Amino acid sequence: MYEYPDQRGHFGQFGGRYVAETLMPALLELEQAYREAQAEPKFQQEFDYYLNNYVGRPSPMYYAERLTQSLGGAKIYLKREDLNHTGAHKVNNTVGQVLLARRMGKKKVIAETGAGQHGVATATVAARFGLECDVFMGTEDIRRQSLNVFRMKLLGARVHGVTSGTATLKDAMNDALRYWVTNVSDTFYIIGTVAGPHPYPQMVRDFQSVIGREARAQMLKIEGKLPDVAVACIGGGSNAMGMFFPFINDKQVRLIGVEAAGLGLDTDKHAASISAGRVGVLHGNKTYLLQNDDGQIDHAHSISAGLDYPGVGPEHALLHEIKRAEYCAVSDDEALDAFKKLTQLEGIIPALESAHAIAQVIKLAPTMRSEQTIAVCLSGRGDKDMHTVAEAFDVTL
Amino acid sequence: MRSRSGDDSAHDKKGVIVGRIKQTFAQLKQRGETALIPFVTAGDPNLQTTEDIIDAIIAAGADIIELGMPFSDPMADGPTIQAASERALAAGTTLVDVLALVARLRTRTQVPIVLMGYYNPIFSYGAQLFAQHAKQAGVDGLLLVDLPPEEQLELSSFLENQKIHLITLLAPTTSEQRTKELLSAARGFVYYVSMTGVTGTAKVDSEAIEVRVKNLRKQSPVPVAVGFGITSAADAGAIARFSDAVVVGSALVNIIKQHAESPSLLEEVHTFVHDLKQGVLDATNNR
Repeated sequence: MYEYPDQRGHFGQFGGRYVAETLMPALLELEQAYREAQAEPKFQQEFDYYLNNYVGRPSPMYYAERLTQSLGGAKIYLKREDLNHTGAHKVNNTVGQVLLARRMGKKKVIAETGAGQHGVATATVAARFGLECDVFMGTEDIRRQSLNVFRMKLLGARVHGVTSGTATLKDAMNDALRYWVTNVSDTFYIIGTVAGPHPYPQMVRDFQSVIGREARAQMLKIEGKLPDVAVACIGGGSNAMGMFFPFINDKQVRLIGVEAAGLGLDTDKHAASISAGRVGVLHGNKTYLLQNDDGQIDHAHSISAGLDYPGVGPEHALLHEIKRAEYCAVSDDEALDAFKKLTQLEGIIPALESAHAIAQVIKLAPTMRSEQTIAVCLSGRGDKDMHTVAEAFDVTL
Repeated sequence: MRSRSGDDSAHDKKGVIVGRIKQTFAQLKQRGETALIPFVTAGDPNLQTTEDIIDAIIAAGADIIELGMPFSDPMADGPTIQAASERALAAGTTLVDVLALVARLRTRTQVPIVLMGYYNPIFSYGAQLFAQHAKQAGVDGLLLVDLPPEEQLELSSFLENQKIHLITLLAPTTSEQRTKELLSAARGFVYYVSMTGVTGTAKVDSEAIEVRVKNLRKQSPVPVAVGFGITSAADAGAIARFSDAVVVGSALVNIIKQHAESPSLLEEVHTFVHDLKQGVLDATNNR
């Protein structure tokens, strides 16, 4: 049986709670509160209520007929997280965490964000539940994702530009942690991915597992069998963990996580922590990291701001180590091709993050038989990426 | 004979003094003084200058040196020490360099040196190897901001073998029960983080922390140092009245930054640390 994390928040050698002493009591309190909430049917009912009526779940499992025909292999199904309220899977988790924050009596929430999707999802639930909201975002990402910055501000959040380091997601997380350390008594930190100190990797996985639970049931209903392969993109890895987790004990289902190869794994411009990194400790957990020989964290690069992170959730590190999931990487160019293909064949504009998963499916499907199936998590929609894509295609808007 | 715990002032087989931290605090106690622990980041602005700065700091009366190991993602530090870390890394400083710096200092001083930083560079170096090399260099203690007791097992046994103290951190948020548990395992000294926050961003309120620190000293088997927010001789003096040691970081790093290009850098550093020491001495003489 697969039972992770252990009592102390470890996924094998990975995970844990590598944080400053100031935060330890807050994490212990959070863990306790989460355990209590989990044990209460009322909390789960409340969570389900908002997922159904606010997020708009369940999300469809859509048969991508023309994409399938064009590739000539396995049948491709898209788990349509892009149709969620706010346009991505991120909101599943922010609804869960904001309900927990409310239960714990916290009046303020903070978040880090890369592409801005998690920031928007946090600002959204903060507005819904009347909580103060501060979002930390690298100035480089603010430039790339100005539309999401405007959305967050409209929703009433304060957006703090982070200029330190690489001015991207990892630095936003550093500053969110610094803010939390300073305001720990009244502030709930809504981490957006399956990384960070325990209990975040577990808690975010649990909240996101609604993706895989629905996907599993939908495939059984539509196809009468489980998918042969489940595919998802990986930055920190929250949509992938949500997609994979309910399939972990279905050993016949191949799980494939797709990292960002950026300009190529043989360059220093990628974000593929598992494919090309090594084990280390950052942001409260032990996991695979992009780092130099001296243990300094390297810059990550991806055309997709949401994958532009030099680490990965510790549970993915474990699934890689025990070989339950496979991890590969696709480049910026491959992702852009996939972006175009899905847009033109299915009339669905994917987020650049999700386009990485599609790119892997494009490679994989033709190698499979037509009675086989692939379920891919379409984690978000691409509206936010119009500027980046236009730039990549040399179009001036 | 070397005692089993190794943290006394006996000599080992090579005749090298072990337990420099304990010895230092014992001497200070005899004189009724509180220790002054200045912090500098190794390699800021470069390693040679750091070496000269540490000489100046010791000459100015520092009792223990806290030497920052630069890290790319210093999550518990405010802008001042973040920037120092960035400058040190830009100058090419590595963990190997930091240990070599300690080894050079050890040829001329027995002032205890405590390395402060984050866990990943040490994990990357290899915990066991690091412990051996740190001992060879003459490191006395290690203070890792992001390695709480819950995760220390993977490193602490190697450090214990080398008789390097892993310094316990306590925060305002640490509960009474947890404080008790952490103190029972404390070695060398404990570091009380005087406020919830990052380094160098707010001023310490000495009245607010006095009760807590006094209480900690009653319970603690080792001396209690206080850090975060101590920026002047007056602050240092105020904290020194009721603590065993006062740590000054960001304020000194600021002096180094301001005068990094100036020929008067070492003089400025000396003057600042000397004033801090005077503040501590004045306060403890009036204790």
